[in-house]
Order: sequence, then structure tokens, then C-alpha cells
Amino acid sequence: MFFPNTHLGSALDFFVYDTAKIFILLAVIIFAVSFIRSFLPAERVRAILSRKHTFIGNVLASLLGIVTPFCSCSAIPLFLGFIEAGVPLGVTFSFLVASPMVNEVALVMLLGLFGWSIALIYIGSGLVIAMVSGAAIGKLKVENLVEPFVYERSISVNADLPRLSGRERIAYARGYVTDILKKVWLYVMVGVGVGAWIHGYVPMDFLARYAGNGAWYGVPLAVLIGIPLYSNAAGVIPLVAALTEKGVSMGTTLAFMMSVTALSLPEFMILKRVMKPKLILIFAGVVGLGIILTGYLFNAILG
Amino acid sequence: MTIQVLGSGCPTCEKLFKLTKQAVEELKLETEVEYVTDVQKIVAMGLMQSPVLAVDGKPALVGFVPDVKGVKEAIIKSIA
Repeated sequence: MFFPNTHLGSALDFFVYDTAKIFILLAVIIFAVSFIRSFLPAERVRAILSRKHTFIGNVLASLLGIVTPFCSCSAIPLFLGFIEAGVPLGVTFSFLVASPMVNEVALVMLLGLFGWSIALIYIGSGLVIAMVSGAAIGKLKVENLVEPFVYERSISVNADLPRLSGRERIAYARGYVTDILKKVWLYVMVGVGVGAWIHGYVPMDFLARYAGNGAWYGVPLAVLIGIPLYSNAAGVIPLVAALTEKGVSMGTTLAFMMSVTALSLPEFMILKRVMKPKLILIFAGVVGLGIILTGYLFNAILG
Repeated sequence: MTIQVLGSGCPTCEKLFKLTKQAVEELKLETEVEYVTDVQKIVAMGLMQSPVLAVDGKPALVGFVPDVKGVKEAIIKSIA
């Protein structure tokens, strides 16, 4: 303890320790993941996925979604690139769900705020949602709801990627760390700041009184509110910290975070260029249902 | 020699476009840098990440933006 025996001291102590911990973890883990990723660009991922046609494809696509960065500006090239190269529609959706929702930044943030078990629960259930909802969409046979021009083109999966030297891979990973830290440092400070405030000032019985399972509609409501909010895993952290402060239970909080990252209105707007609105509704419905069930499950288990 | 920056028009792509123009100037290459925002062009090259720096139609940088030194090295490597 740097500042013992006072509320302010306890809060400051928590704040300093936790921000330092999260920044170090972020830097180390993002560096490692980006370095690995330089060996596994989306184009190589696609070559792997275009050969798999069963449930294995959904599993692989979800796992690969962890290490692949995602921004809504690459949603269209990814979707077109996957489908035109013959990756099944359900497998493509598994990837589209996992990529923004499950990644190293979410892992580090949850780890820093709530510890290992919550971080792993989030990643694990996120993967299951991506696999199952992709497999379900695949079973529905809704290829006719993709804009026809997409299937009229077909392309080779053998891209002529530039070769990277070890030095370039390190530069790539370092650049990625700086990029992400620049984007998220403020969210980390705010998120941890809220946590520190609770830690120092809010008495435990206040949390205990309100942190029960809550009303039955808590989870679906959290998912609905999450859809128009669009953010990456880091940006949603201050909100997540505030929610738990208000006594919202963990299952509801995780469902909210999943909804914000995986279901986003701007991304739906972009996807309208390549698929019919009905397919977007099916996509949102299946994924939303998966998130709601996960929220209830963890409210029941974690209490 | 043709040098193109392909992207979806996002800020990252524009940053690469600016850096590439600067790199071409500093390398004293006699060519213009073309900015392409048709995503289908990227997909047709077999790529799925944006932005892309292409030299004579071949990808030299894919999916990330280095500093201007990195852009110069990528251009030199692909014309060598």
C-alpha cells in the first residue's frame, strides 16, 4: 500500500496498481498476438477455411477470429473475400461474430478488472456463441438472401502476399501495440477510475444488496441497449465498470459487453451492401439469442 | 511503374496514401500515386484487408500502415 488507511488512499492505491497492471498486460499480450498474427493474415486464414466444410469450419473460424483484428471498414472485403473464395456462409458468419467480440484486448481488460475466471468465461462463451450461431445460419440454407452479385464472382485463394522479414514482423507488432494503446488509454483510465472509486468509497453491503440476479428482463434489455452502441472491447470497459458499480449482475454485464462488440448497427448498415435485410435480421436474431442465453446462464451460475 | 493505394476510404487508408505520396517524393520516383476506393479491386487481388499498397499491381503492404521509412522499404523491395 502506498497510501494506507484512508478511503482516498485505498482508491488511489487500487487505481495506480490496476492501470499499471492493465497497460503492461496490454503491451505484452498485444505484442505477442500481433507477432503471431503476422504469420496468419486473413488471406491465409481463408485458404484454411475454404477447404473445411463441416462443423470443423465453424470451430476453426471462431478460433481464428481471436487473433484476427477487425474493424467495420474491413467487414465488406472480408465477407466478399470469404464467400467468393468458396468459404461456406455459416463459417463466414462464425468468423464475423468471433472477430470483433473475442480478442486479446477484451481478455486483458476483463482480466485486469475482474480476474482470470471472468476473462476466460467471456472468451469461452464468446467462442461457443460464434460457433453455434454460424453453424445454425449454415443449417438454415439462406444463401439466397446474399446479394446475387457476390456468388457470380469467384476468385482464387492464392494471394501473392509480400514476404515479411523478422525485423518487419517486430515493427508490425510494435506498431500495433502503439496504435491500440493510443486508442484505449483513456478508456482504461476511466474504467479503472470507476472501479477504484467503488473500491474506496462504496461500502460492500451496497453492492451486495443490489448485485443479485435482478429482474428477468435485465439480460434482454442489456442486449437491446448494446445494439445501437458500437464500440470495441476497450471502449465498452468504462460502461462495464459502471454497470457492475450499479449492482448489475455479472451475466447481464457480460451479455451487454458481447452485444456492444458483436452486434452493431453501423456494421449492419455496411453489410446491407452485400446481403438482404432479412439475412441481417436472422444474423442479429441468432447471435442475440445466443448472447441472451449466455447472460442467463452466468447469472444463474455466478449469482 | 504504377503505385496504388487501395482502401475503403477509412482514415487508416488515407494515412497510408499520404505516407506513400511522401515516400515517392523522397525516393524521387517519377510516378503518381493513385488512390483506389473500390473494395472489389482488393478482393480481386486475392486480398481481404485494407489498406493495400500495390506496386505494378502486386501487393507490397497489406493491412497495416508502417512509418514513412517502412513504406519506402516496401516500395524498394518490390521494384528490386
